[in-house]
This record gives sequence, structure tokens and C-alpha cells, in this order.
Amino acid sequence: MSNINQEISEEKSQTVLSPSKSVKLRISRSNSETNSEEKFDEFVVPVEKYTTVLDALLNVKSHLDHSVAVRYSCRQASCGSCGMKINGKPKLACFTKVSELDTDTITLEPMDNFPVVRDLAVDFTRMFNNHKKVMPYIVREDSEITPGTGVKEFLQTPEDVDKYIQFSSCIKCGLCNSACPTMAMDTSFVGPQALAQAYRYIADTRDKGKDNRLKVIDDRHGIWRCHFAGSCSEVCPKGVDPAMGIQLLRSYLLGLRD
Amino acid sequence: MMLMRESIVMKIHYGTAIGAVFLTVIHILMRMTQDFHESLEYENVIANYEMIGYAIMLELLLILISVHGFNGLRIILLEMKQGPSYEKAVTYGCIASMAILIAYGSRTIIMTSMGMT
Repeated sequence: MSNINQEISEEKSQTVLSPSKSVKLRISRSNSETNSEEKFDEFVVPVEKYTTVLDALLNVKSHLDHSVAVRYSCRQASCGSCGMKINGKPKLACFTKVSELDTDTITLEPMDNFPVVRDLAVDFTRMFNNHKKVMPYIVREDSEITPGTGVKEFLQTPEDVDKYIQFSSCIKCGLCNSACPTMAMDTSFVGPQALAQAYRYIADTRDKGKDNRLKVIDDRHGIWRCHFAGSCSEVCPKGVDPAMGIQLLRSYLLGLRD
Repeated sequence: MMLMRESIVMKIHYGTAIGAVFLTVIHILMRMTQDFHESLEYENVIANYEMIGYAIMLELLLILISVHGFNGLRIILLEMKQGPSYEKAVTYGCIASMAILIAYGSRTIIMTSMGMT
């Protein structure tokens, strides 16, 4: 028994740990319910080579201050919950390694262009409402399974899929809306997230809802208010290019494509 | 209430921009038919207005620039603030201002081309 323990002990001692260092997290603290003014609390946390900003934040919550409000779920850039401003840029906390920031002080703030619920958690209601408005689903009368005629498939060629596939990677994290300069000014603007999703379904050959979707976005606070700054595409963690989607949508409205 | 679909407004916006650039180029090229300073002398300017083709071009230029400019102003104002009554006021205010500017400019062009200076 003592030999086994000794072996385990030797194995543990052979495990190479990356040298630990510390970073200072400056976390924005505010509460919309109490109308408290925004302030920054500072926490020093240990980080390893692959520590993400979310890991560091959860370390703060576990050991230093459990009252820090942050929304998160999957920890692998799939759910789109942990969007925040990291050193001034909108990013996913779970998809941003501390080491890549190359700084000893990391400032974390809630995303711009969203109402703050508390600390780093923001209210997505406006974005989800705009997302719903563009009908983010396939619109058509018939079904893939038509009774009596057996199973019918709506076939697509690889070229058909290429037209929209990148836009279907959207995880609704809101980083594009946060980076959009028009969203900052125009509170009624539909936003790059919803516009990119409108294009995703309009470009889908199985969809028949193009005219209705174009009516929704052809509004005085719709697609035409985009200034083509391109910051939405710059910050997207999933490689979606909303700015391109918006330009392609405009070509439908200008009659340059069917 | 929406007066016109925004895509139609924007088609007009882009069209007036292209038209205004084209006519402005012609307007500038006309300065080159003689010495620049000479072309801006009172008699020469009046002579331009009295040339019917040139007067029509100036009228068109006035309309294109007014439509484009006031629609641009409307867009800027709509982005700065939102609200049903404000947006209505901005839209109708811009249309009225555009009409007044075109009317006043047209009066100048028509009176000058008719020799009423």
C-alpha cells in the first residue's frame, strides 16, 4: 500500500505545472434596480496559460466576491451568454484567454448598446425582439413530409448551402449589436444580428418568406441605417459577417438580385 | 404613417447623388470655356441664366441637391433621436424645407433667365 502511495506521489511530482502568475481584474459594478452609479472593483486572481477571462471571473465569484453578476453557461463559445467588453472590446469571456490579452490588468464592462441588469449582465430583450421580427425560420406552406406522397426532401446543392451557411453560425451573443455605431445612436435600429439572420433565411432556397422579411427590414430604422462601419463582422466570435449580409440584403431591395 | 417605403426613398437618394455629381461636373466644365474669373463676372453669370439649356440644368441641379441634402438631413435627425411625433415632425419639416428651398431657387432662376434682375 505504501508503495502505491509512493508511486502516486512520484507521478504527481512529475506533473509539470505551467508557472502561475496573477492578473488584476477591474470589474464594472452597477445595479439598474438601485440606480447605483457605475464603479470598478479590483480583484487579483491567479491565472495559468489557458485560463480564460470567464475562468478568472468565476475564480473571483468562488473565492473573492460571489456577488459579481455575470451570465454564462456552456463555457465553449456555443451558448452566447458571456458577451462583455474586455479591455474595451466586445468579446466572449469564455473564448478569450487571459494570455492573449497580453496585459496584467483586465477591465471588464457590460456590453454597450444593451440595458445593464447588474454588473456584467445585460438585458437581451430588444435584440431577441428584433430577432423574432425577421422571422428566423423557414417559411413555406408545404412540409418536408407531405401526407400521402411519402417523404419529400427539399434538396439543396452545396452552392445553395454556401450562400447562407456562415450566417447560421450565429449564437445570438449580441457582440455585433454591441459594436455597432448605429445601435449606439438609434434605439429603434433593427441591428446587425437580426439583419444577418434575415439574410440567412432569405438566401435559403427552401424559404418562401423573402417578401415579408424584406418588408420588416425596409423601414426607416431598418437596413438603410447601417453605415457599413464593419465593426459587427470584426467582433463576431463565430466568423459570421453581418456587414456582408446587410449589403447582400440591400441588393435585394435595390432590385439587383431576385 | 410611412409616406414611402424606405428602399424607394434610398433609391431616390442614390439617384439624386449620381445626377447631382454629373450635373456639377458639367457646371464646373462650363467655367472652363473661358478664364475662370471672367466666367464669374456679373454679365457672364447673367448670360448663363439666360441660356435656356443652362437654366434648365441649374434648375435640375437645384432639385437634385435639395432632395438629396434634405433626405440626408432627415436621416441624420432620425438617427439622433427617436419617437413617433419627433419622427413625423422631422419628415414633414424636411419635405417643407426642401419645397421652400426649391421654390425660392426656382424663382431666382426663372426671374434671372427672363431678364428680371
